[in-house]
Amino acid sequence: MRHDHLITATQLSRDDIETVLDRAAEIADDPPERDAVLGLLFFEPSTRTKMSFDAAMKRLGGTTVDMGSVDSSSVKKGETLADTVRVVEGYADALVLRHPSEGAAKMASRFVDVPLVNAGDGAGQHPSQTLLDLYTIRENAGLDDLTVGIMGDLKYGRTVHSLASALTNFDARQHFISPESLQLPRSVRFDLHQEGAQVREHTDLEAILPELDVLYVTRIQRERFPDENEYRQVAGQYRITPETLEDAKDDLVLMHPLPRVDEISPEVDDLPQATYFEQAHNGVPVRMALLDMLLENAGVETGGDSR
Amino acid sequence: MSDHQLRVSKIRSGTVIDHVPGGQALRVLAILGIDGTGGETVSVAMNVPSDDMGAKDIVKVEDRELSQAEVDVISLIAPEATINIVRDFDVVEKNRVVRPEQVTGVLQCPNANCITTADEPVRSEFTVLSEGVRCVYCDTLLRDDIAAHID
Repeated sequence: MRHDHLITATQLSRDDIETVLDRAAEIADDPPERDAVLGLLFFEPSTRTKMSFDAAMKRLGGTTVDMGSVDSSSVKKGETLADTVRVVEGYADALVLRHPSEGAAKMASRFVDVPLVNAGDGAGQHPSQTLLDLYTIRENAGLDDLTVGIMGDLKYGRTVHSLASALTNFDARQHFISPESLQLPRSVRFDLHQEGAQVREHTDLEAILPELDVLYVTRIQRERFPDENEYRQVAGQYRITPETLEDAKDDLVLMHPLPRVDEISPEVDDLPQATYFEQAHNGVPVRMALLDMLLENAGVETGGDSR
Repeated sequence: MSDHQLRVSKIRSGTVIDHVPGGQALRVLAILGIDGTGGETVSVAMNVPSDDMGAKDIVKVEDRELSQAEVDVISLIAPEATINIVRDFDVVEKNRVVRPEQVTGVLQCPNANCITTADEPVRSEFTVLSEGVRCVYCDTLLRDDIAAHID
């Protein structure tokens, strides 16, 4: 993978993706020594993404510096993102950025020379999540001749946008299941059509569920709806229970980027299809591989003797 | 000289924008920031029969030569337009617009949550597609309403 930064899943070729996944598969057994410092810049709350990047860097033998919450940082004093990243690049060998505005990572990457990973930009992209999603799919179902359902908030779901565009590199049929008000945004649809992807949209899971090899569930957020009633009604239609899964394949791979609220009932956790905790755990090896490759491209040598 | 061109009289000096798609002249004026209050002398012919285009618009603005940025944006809604620079009743320059690959700093991203609309030191940047433009930062597509998003 020869990229300076990871900003969007659309920049990734099949070869890029497979290189990271192959590396991730072997990295836990024999991690390279990367005595590097990773800067964590999270302008929005995060548990999984932040902790798994933190763990990944430390398992590579490096360390992390963390901006902390926005409330305790100079952002509160009105500093621009462009200034913040230019300051922090002096403290770190690579940066991970989550920000509430779309395009934030793209902009930030233009102000820094160290590798920058987009860990979520508003309703835009979340490409490192996609790499761990694809790793999970590859481990459980393979990445060829695949029928994938992606369900929930497709409009604002950045994990959905990144996954959908990355899947166009593979032999995958994509089904998008959502209420009409939360269908894929025009820009993602445009990219999928440009890639000639096979895309079908549904408002109902029932009819398509038996065909799926993978079902990727995302959270429908309360704030997307004008009132509580409407939210409850819609959210209820897209909830996975053991009964829902009676019509699914036995080897369905049921995924969720987490956190879930009640899109997947806890009783599903014990079923063989439940793959979301394994998926979350895959964040560490995949991010180890990603960081290792970006640092290597940036000339940060292994063994800790080059900085 | 054909009847069509006589509908609007010649100008002494300024710019004639010809071969604008029929009905788009007012958008061209919007791009140029002309709403009549600035006192410019402007002639507009709309939906003039044209052999090539079916119907075309013509915009003549006196005592003004357009900047490259203005021409770039006009090209987005009038890809066939010709820009004639007139001095002393003579056309001294006649150029077809060229659609640029990118336009920088001339359009505002329609996505209110785009980083370019925040208080950051960046100019907007759009890739020009065959139909419309796309924000380089947030990927938002802008098609029908380009004139309304001129900065």
